[in-house]
Amino acid sequence: MTDNVVTVRNLVKHYKDVKAVDGISFSVKRGEIFGIVGPNGAGKTTTIDCIAGMHRAYSGSIDVLGLDPVSDSIALKRRIGLQQQESEIPDRLRLREAMELFSSFYKKALDWKMLLEQLNLWEKKDSFYSALSGGQKKRLFVAMALIGDPEIVFLDEFTSGLDPQARISIWKLVGNLRDQGRTVVLSTHYMDEAERLCDRVAIVDHGKLAALDSPSDLIAAHGGHTRVYFDASEGFDGKSLSLLEGVESFVNRGDACTLEVNARSAIVEIVKTLDVMGQGLDSFRIEAPTLEDVFLNITGRQVRD
Amino acid sequence: MKSPFIAVSKSEFILYLREPSAFFFTLVFPLLMMLLFASMWGNDPFPGEEYGYVDFSVPAFMGLVMATSFIMSLTTSMAAYREKGVLKRFRAAPATPSSILIGQLSAVFAITVAGVILLLIAGIVFYDLRFLGNFFEFVFAFLLSAGSIAALGFIPASLAPTARSGVVIANIMYFPMLFLSGAALPWFMLPDLMKKISLVFPLTHAIKLMQGVWLGGHFWDYPVHLAVLTGFVFAGLFVSVRYFRWE
Repeated sequence: MTDNVVTVRNLVKHYKDVKAVDGISFSVKRGEIFGIVGPNGAGKTTTIDCIAGMHRAYSGSIDVLGLDPVSDSIALKRRIGLQQQESEIPDRLRLREAMELFSSFYKKALDWKMLLEQLNLWEKKDSFYSALSGGQKKRLFVAMALIGDPEIVFLDEFTSGLDPQARISIWKLVGNLRDQGRTVVLSTHYMDEAERLCDRVAIVDHGKLAALDSPSDLIAAHGGHTRVYFDASEGFDGKSLSLLEGVESFVNRGDACTLEVNARSAIVEIVKTLDVMGQGLDSFRIEAPTLEDVFLNITGRQVRD
Repeated sequence: MKSPFIAVSKSEFILYLREPSAFFFTLVFPLLMMLLFASMWGNDPFPGEEYGYVDFSVPAFMGLVMATSFIMSLTTSMAAYREKGVLKRFRAAPATPSSILIGQLSAVFAITVAGVILLLIAGIVFYDLRFLGNFFEFVFAFLLSAGSIAALGFIPASLAPTARSGVVIANIMYFPMLFLSGAALPWFMLPDLMKKISLVFPLTHAIKLMQGVWLGGHFWDYPVHLAVLTGFVFAGLFVSVRYFRWE
């Protein structure tokens, strides 16, 4: 028996004449952090909304915890939590009132006081929703997604618009969710975030699945070469470097040199050679390929184009 | 676990109290209207009757309170929720359209009852309000009337896509009903044509039924009003639950 908690087969969803999702298939394993990455408009939100029972009509099939998101919508929503990118609660509702209200929809709700504490919102419990900052609202919606003690948590663009500090604190929380045995499905257009958090990443572009694997395997397969940068002293001749084993290319623009290497061992040789040539290594810098490069190589463009 | 619709009603009620304009229109406006007309016509018995203007019009102003809560408040707040994405957030939780609608309804119903009590107190204190009917029959007539106006309000509340359209639809339903059904002006003062037109509104039937029972009639004397009001209850519930829009 496979332990897939979500199985999506050939999902297609139109909005009027726009194809938001165009034949996506994938599965999510129990207990993993699964990322859906891609630029805005790639179909991430639509995919998540279809899985979480927010749409009545799509074609293809979706199975979540053995339930159908359309016909078993309410039963499914008791077992999952969804943090939406664009939803609101009434402006003049206080946080504690909102948490009590949303607790009432679940048979076994978590203690909302603990959730607000975990999300650093406890001191805001008496504030009106309208008085919260963007980051606080985001955290409140994460708290609301967790209130039903869900087996699967869906976080849609969960850090967009947050300052770096708030992002880091939410990252920690996502790690905790997995440690508690929950499955996390998140979407983001920040590649660094996906690389850092996710066990597996689905790269989505134009409503289609472009690649799906662990970040390290994606990078190994599609990331391209590791780059080495350094500033050379005047009159530097890099011919000997480009002849080294494992060096793919050498470019010298002014004094700024860039090498692409296909094996880490080449870096040792580069350092030795530079040392023999009497070059200082102050500016020496190695840059491994990232998911950003994977996206660029697979789709031919930057994620934020 | 608390019941979802009790929780929805509670928070809606709190929100309502934090919204001064809705508060004014449901609680204060009908009261001022009644006091204005009462100050012109008093409450001396009409010739040959046991009741005066205030006795006759209190049930009509109850209809005004109902229309204000169930059509204006309900539609505008649900439409604003829909546009803002509040309903979308509810939908992500295991909430059904009926728990949201019924929760909202109970909150506005509580306000309606408060508005009605204010009318009664003002009538009793200032005009020696007379009640000539049977109390339980009147409660029945009141609840059926409230149910049918609420069910009518459910339709735009379930369907209006934006806050703006919600306000427009609510106004289009509310104002003709207000002036033609006898809620604001005594119905007998209307020209015949207007009287005929007014019969399409459930509020006209609700007010006639409540007035009839208030002034000593029995609800079984009014089969047409009963039938129309019951019909609106079912039609409104069917349309609103069947075609409810979350977004």
